[in-house]
Amino acid sequence: MWQEAVNYLTFNLLGLSGHLGESINFFIYDTIKIWFLLIAIIFVVSYLRTHFNTEYVRAHLQGKSELYGNVLAALFGIITPFCSCSAIPLFLGFIQARIPIGVTFSFLISSPMNNEIAIALLFGLFGWKVTAIYIGFGLLVAIVGGFVIGKLGMEKYVLMDVKPMEGELEEVKISLSMKERATEAYIYTADIFKQIYLYVLIGVGVGAIIHGYIPATFIAQYAGANNPFAVLVAVVMGIPMYSNAAGVMPLVEVLTQKGMLLGTALSFMMAVTALSLPEAMILKKILHIRLIGVFFGIVGFGIICIGYLFNFILK
Amino acid sequence: MKIEVLGTGCKKCIELEMIVKQAIAKSGKFVQLEKVDDIMKIMEYQVVSTPGLVIDGKVVSTGKVLSVSEVLEFMNS
Repeated sequence: MWQEAVNYLTFNLLGLSGHLGESINFFIYDTIKIWFLLIAIIFVVSYLRTHFNTEYVRAHLQGKSELYGNVLAALFGIITPFCSCSAIPLFLGFIQARIPIGVTFSFLISSPMNNEIAIALLFGLFGWKVTAIYIGFGLLVAIVGGFVIGKLGMEKYVLMDVKPMEGELEEVKISLSMKERATEAYIYTADIFKQIYLYVLIGVGVGAIIHGYIPATFIAQYAGANNPFAVLVAVVMGIPMYSNAAGVMPLVEVLTQKGMLLGTALSFMMAVTALSLPEAMILKKILHIRLIGVFFGIVGFGIICIGYLFNFILK
Repeated sequence: MKIEVLGTGCKKCIELEMIVKQAIAKSGKFVQLEKVDDIMKIMEYQVVSTPGLVIDGKVVSTGKVLSVSEVLEFMNS
């Protein structure tokens, strides 16, 4: 229905046609659709999130066995917010609670990867199936990656000496009324939307130009099945783009429509969200560069495997 | 009354400190305000998501920037 309304607007009311009409139609349709979905999904996620916070997660991860802890940490990563500025207190606080370093990494990988902006955009652009695949394999990378890091015995590379606490943490209770939760979710949603709406606009704008003007064969040639290094290049390119996930994802959608393989697209998006340079810079204050290297290496390797696996299966 | 803002210097922590200052001015109370940026001290309060707000030694909020009226509410309760 929305598509028909936009069609009527661009082709009948504005009287556009050809490449220009296609591009403008796509731009209006996608921008409004994605804005709407972003607001709806971020509101729902941030409402659910008022039931949890990082302190709550820490209390629940304490004393869990290793593999179970990895799984639980990765799952908590979906629902809790992540801000790279909180990475240090989070990391040290988890050590303080005697949570194994591998479990902490499972959380550190999962939390930014499954952030609400990425999920909302994926859902809006690619539908629920791709979103489910992204979350599922994202969790797998977080669980396996954290588990492997835990097995490598890298505790000595934590540069700050934290005294483990005695005994158990108290249960964290968050008591808020429904209205308070809704208000908090509303404020959070408005805040996030203000930060990213422009990126979405620009991303969809560039996407619209590609959609209308650049032929599919052009993109397929560089990012399609013929290029065996496409996944690798996509992951490396994704690392410095964290803050711009909102602008990058609409572009990726257009590229996949134009022949870029889905596995390559998935790898790229995971690299954008899970591997971020600002986070690495912050963690460098408390972790030896070797541990950060292992962290990036393992996650990068996992993401690349997923990309190739998908390209192979879906061929 | 003593208010402490816990944070290691991120943007949100600075924002919260500004808001707390406004809230104190509005309340007209005599308050001792301290910015805690020592990570070990922050962990002693069992806070793992910054910014945190501590009033008279009790943690009242973690991980978010509050509004002036929310801070005032915490100060009055």
